[in-house]
Amino acid sequence: MLKMDAVQKQLLQEVAELHDIPEGAYNLRANGESVGRNSTANIEIISKTDVSGIDIKIKDGTKNESVHIPVVLSESGLKETVYNDFYVGENCDVLIVAGCGIDNCGTQDSEHDGVHRFFVGKNSKVRYVEKHYGSGEGTGKRVLNPVTEVYMEEGSTVDMEMVQIKGVDSTDRKTVAELKAGAKLNVRERLMTHGEQQALSTYQVSLNGDGSSADVVSRSVARDNSYQKLDLCVNGNAACSGHTECDSIIMDNGRILAVPSLEANSVDAALVHEAAIGKIAGEQLIKLMTLGLTEAEAEEQIINGFLK
Amino acid sequence: MLELKNITFSADDGGKAADIIRGIDLIIPDDKFIVITGPNGGGKSTLAKIIAGIVKPTEGRLIFNGTDITDMSITERARAGIGFAFQQPVRFKGLTVLDLLRIAAGKNLSVSDACAYLSEVGLCAKDYIRREVNASLSGGELKRIEIATVMARDVKLAVFDEPEAGIDLWSFNNLIRIFENMRKADTDRTVVVISHQERLLKIADEIVVLSDGKLIKQGPADEILPEIMSSNYAQTICPKIEE
Repeated sequence: MLKMDAVQKQLLQEVAELHDIPEGAYNLRANGESVGRNSTANIEIISKTDVSGIDIKIKDGTKNESVHIPVVLSESGLKETVYNDFYVGENCDVLIVAGCGIDNCGTQDSEHDGVHRFFVGKNSKVRYVEKHYGSGEGTGKRVLNPVTEVYMEEGSTVDMEMVQIKGVDSTDRKTVAELKAGAKLNVRERLMTHGEQQALSTYQVSLNGDGSSADVVSRSVARDNSYQKLDLCVNGNAACSGHTECDSIIMDNGRILAVPSLEANSVDAALVHEAAIGKIAGEQLIKLMTLGLTEAEAEEQIINGFLK
Repeated sequence: MLELKNITFSADDGGKAADIIRGIDLIIPDDKFIVITGPNGGGKSTLAKIIAGIVKPTEGRLIFNGTDITDMSITERARAGIGFAFQQPVRFKGLTVLDLLRIAAGKNLSVSDACAYLSEVGLCAKDYIRREVNASLSGGELKRIEIATVMARDVKLAVFDEPEAGIDLWSFNNLIRIFENMRKADTDRTVVVISHQERLLKIADEIVVLSDGKLIKQGPADEILPEIMSSNYAQTICPKIEE
């Protein structure tokens, strides 16, 4: 498929579950350059001229179509910042799959910083899936610092699934969302860190219009000596409803700082936050062991279920 | 057959040894429905946990079908064919009922097979199969799912620790029906239930009475039940419902 080697194809499978060229619109980026692109009648992908990146323009009324824009890095020492802007028209219903896989077998750090901005038109529905994955035995770090900005017009809905399960040494994720009246944002973040990894994840969601709502839920696991800081903030600036939740499992010497926060600037804002951090409950392990699993197998099942 | 030889368990009670189980000798024969009863604090649940390997006895040996299992782990005992249903079922965020039944069966159980186990415990399978085993389920629902996970396993000995604890009256009647069906089922599975409930005692082949960590009585239900009917060991769930 295209000009990609086995490592790149493996990365592509991990981040976008793609075994072959996707249907519909796509842009595949490998080691800093576009290696394949397809625009459709309704979805146009154009290279930016001032900075590295693309504009994705989705026409009004586009329904049941998808855009895949995965990125793979397999060269050690490559550092890049890419700006991708999504202009989603009105009354659309689309799936956007992004994600980045880094394989670093060398000694130099590899870094991909993706800056994604979404301008979602009135009454449009977007499902956004972003997966980050690292592999490779080298001593060079795999670094991903994604920035996601979401600007939602009246009545629009965005469902975001953000997943980083394995192999990313350092990440600083920033997500900002602004919602107008009746807009609805659902975020499901799943994060697992191991080894000496560090992960920071910050959400700033502003509910600016009446009837807007946000549900931001992060589930994470910190193993070995890894560290996570989860900072989930919802600002209620109108008659809105917001909920944030950080739910984490710590293992070994893992450390987690969970900071769910709320700011109400309107008397009609209804906001709730929850946070829980703890190790795997002994009784959960025992239950699965009475079903015939070893302690290690039980632990794996509990984590897989928790992050599913 | 499970043989308990001089099983003793002492817990540390603020520096002093508290004897919870005091030298119990007991034979649990194959293909029987046995109810272990006795007053609260008599050591019933501890004994059930000792059989499953969750609690290690201070002294004594356990012989299961000719093999000494005393030093076996929980996992090894489970794999040897011992099943255990918790008094207070454990909740899991993220794991679904289907996941749990698949782990129990030790194979990639088909959805229809998994549904069959749920139907056996009186749950409408399609409503539950994808549900997470979390706090959204009621006590009665969790109890029935807990029983289904034991039934999904091919065990030779299934131990149920106070299945009636913490459930409402409606669920209780359904629960009794599950055990009545289990009693009638044509399997070579031995079932041991820890319970005070008269209706479970009535369907037992054998009753074992434990009190103060000691075995007080053991014998066929029709012999033992009349002796204990007026005691606290054989309770009715609610006199009005029983009428």
